[in-house]
Amino acid sequence: MNADEASPLERALLAAFGAGLVFGAGLALSAMTHPEKVLGFLDLSGHWDPSLLLVLGSATGIAGIAFPLILRRKAPLLMPGFEVPSATRIDPRLAFGALLFGLGWGISGYCPGPAIALLAALPGSGREALLFLPALLIGSWIGRWSALASVSKWSLETGGLPLANLG
Amino acid sequence: MSSFTPVSALLGGLLIGGGASWLLLSLGRIAGISGMVGALPFSRRLEFAWRALFLLGLVTGAGLLYRYGNAFSVQAPLSRVDFPAWELIVSGLLVGYGTAMGSGCTSGHGVCGLARRSPRSLVATVIFLLTGVVTASVLRHWLENWP
Repeated sequence: MNADEASPLERALLAAFGAGLVFGAGLALSAMTHPEKVLGFLDLSGHWDPSLLLVLGSATGIAGIAFPLILRRKAPLLMPGFEVPSATRIDPRLAFGALLFGLGWGISGYCPGPAIALLAALPGSGREALLFLPALLIGSWIGRWSALASVSKWSLETGGLPLANLG
Repeated sequence: MSSFTPVSALLGGLLIGGGASWLLLSLGRIAGISGMVGALPFSRRLEFAWRALFLLGLVTGAGLLYRYGNAFSVQAPLSRVDFPAWELIVSGLLVGYGTAMGSGCTSGHGVCGLARRSPRSLVATVIFLLTGVVTASVLRHWLENWP
């Protein structure tokens, strides 16, 4: 497909696919798709493996340079505007949610990205994909549902869903 | 048991940060995986399509590395047959519920949020890193060596 002939929608979807492609390649290259590698960092005892810190450091480093430059633009390349989280309040919901996430992360070594990447390692990863992914989806939808229920009044008044585009 | 792999960690991190930056530059969106997964069934049209395509790209990118990444000693992960099933399920529920409640995971808060200098994301990242370290250390070492 020639980029000049592609419709704006096709270009946007191609860009999203490309972003995911690079992101997923980075996860696999850094071995963050291996839960034992992640647990080798989270488990401080024995042979501690600091690799995850370097992954997070270089990812945040390059994005930390690029993001402020990109956000200086009036609009992104292929969409009418930026949609970045607007919430600023540090509330118990944020802290308790992060705590529960850390608890689950420390048990299995999976955060959502590497869990989705399990689908690329089928059938060898089948057992973990079959057990972890449905639980992840169910937990996530229960969480969204309960969060939306508690803020629905607020979002009806302001006309926006505060959870719609957060990471 | 895993060993320190600084080069692939740094290069992989650059790709992760690069992919997130490209998504922000092209579509103006934050590359938060938990948000994409959670929002997918409730999204319509373009909002559904870009999330689905990003996730499809993520799986494809990882799959390409598994297939052609031998030169970088990349291997596809294999299921840990002796890992308790109930621990995987409980962990999945906690990761799903926690990231929905806390509005983000390692990618949304950890990479993109810190890159935006978001105080919320800094708080979340510190909390889930600390909780993850304590949980893994207690479960995998201290409990096993209990008298």
